[in-house]
Amino acid sequence: MALAVHFRDVVSLAGRFPLLSGATIDVADGEVVHLRGPNGAGKTSLLRALAGLLPVDSGEAIVLGHDLRSDPRAVRRVIGLLGHSTFLYDDLSVEENLRFALTASHQPIERAAGAIDRLGLGGRLAATQVSKLSAGQRRRCALAVLLAKAPRLWLLDEPHAGLDPEGRELVDDLIKEARDAGVTIVLASHDLERMAPIADRVVEVVGGRLSAGVAAEAKGGFHVA
Amino acid sequence: MWHDALLVMAKDLRVELRSRVSLNQVVPFALAVLVLFGLALGPNLHLLASETAGLVWMAVLFSCVLGVQRSYAIESTDSSRDGLRLSGLDPAGVFLGKAGALAVQLFALEIVLALVASILYGAPLTNALVLLVTCVVATIGLAAVGTFYGALALGARVRETLLPLLFFPVVAPVLMGAMKAWQAGLAGTPGKADGWLELLLAFAVAYGAIGTVAFGPLLEDG
Repeated sequence: MALAVHFRDVVSLAGRFPLLSGATIDVADGEVVHLRGPNGAGKTSLLRALAGLLPVDSGEAIVLGHDLRSDPRAVRRVIGLLGHSTFLYDDLSVEENLRFALTASHQPIERAAGAIDRLGLGGRLAATQVSKLSAGQRRRCALAVLLAKAPRLWLLDEPHAGLDPEGRELVDDLIKEARDAGVTIVLASHDLERMAPIADRVVEVVGGRLSAGVAAEAKGGFHVA
Repeated sequence: MWHDALLVMAKDLRVELRSRVSLNQVVPFALAVLVLFGLALGPNLHLLASETAGLVWMAVLFSCVLGVQRSYAIESTDSSRDGLRLSGLDPAGVFLGKAGALAVQLFALEIVLALVASILYGAPLTNALVLLVTCVVATIGLAAVGTFYGALALGARVRETLLPLLFFPVVAPVLMGAMKAWQAGLAGTPGKADGWLELLLAFAVAYGAIGTVAFGPLLEDG
């Protein structure tokens, strides 16, 4: 099976402080992997490393066929990251933000309208400046950008954070649809019950290291690599 | 690269048109600086007229720092560097686009400052062509240096204070060149401006090239 992610003994340092200390994980094409672990365990660092935002100081790090150590920009072009930051422009409208993101990534701007509607931001909201949106609506806007850009690998850091119950359902639906369309998804969430029917595998992150992961049906126990 | 540069420039200018931070904060700040310089030098109109060039360009330099900080503040405020890296844009295009948008705003500010200084300090704007050409080349240099060092200071916790520390020493030649070229223009001896304009042009080309090449590594390693 083709691998979307191949991390082998990846070490990432911030100065002398290890953000990842020997992280090893393989993610198959089309797989949904749920990262879990306590606060500060390294989930966000792993997602940022997968997105090419952290330096890889040693180890093998291949994402969608691109070597993160030699060409992180190539990785960033084919992944989508929904992190704690929304990466939106406050003074631009929802629609302008999407058009900018799509033009910047050389993708057809016609995708903007569909994504805006899908995230429930159509009508007057589409023309509203992001600074005037609620936190949940901003999160939806960031998701709309991700959906419109249609990356091959979704990296989601607490994707349900700040959303109302309806928004959480919508995120679940989007993840399932993406999974069914063959998109690879790596997500960090503390919401274990919600992720259980969605994820193919659960991987425990502890101190910047990863478990080998367990299949969805065996969730509950973990093997430390 | 040019596609990305135009995209970023248009976006930055659109954000400025919406937020009007430059109009409502940077322009009044620059005008206040001009007035304070006038108060500091006293009511001697002859002295003020003779020092107009230096006072205007000092006000431009101070305002440029605010403009650079604003230029990066409009990127997702808490993760500017990450946002730029994830955008998929060519770093050279980002540099040129941000520098271009900053240059447009600085140029407009310089025109306003020149007109106000002319009235305030009683200095007629003779040889307008020399003054305008000086503004163009000096602005390109300032925008290039500002955008470059703005990115360098981006990841620092103390970026607000670090930027002026990096910026002012580097742009000393621009201050000198622009001031001397303006003095020549205002004094009716435009021929004396040629050498200074060449210096400003060389500075603009050098920092434009350095920024275009080094902006990518700067975003990656900063």
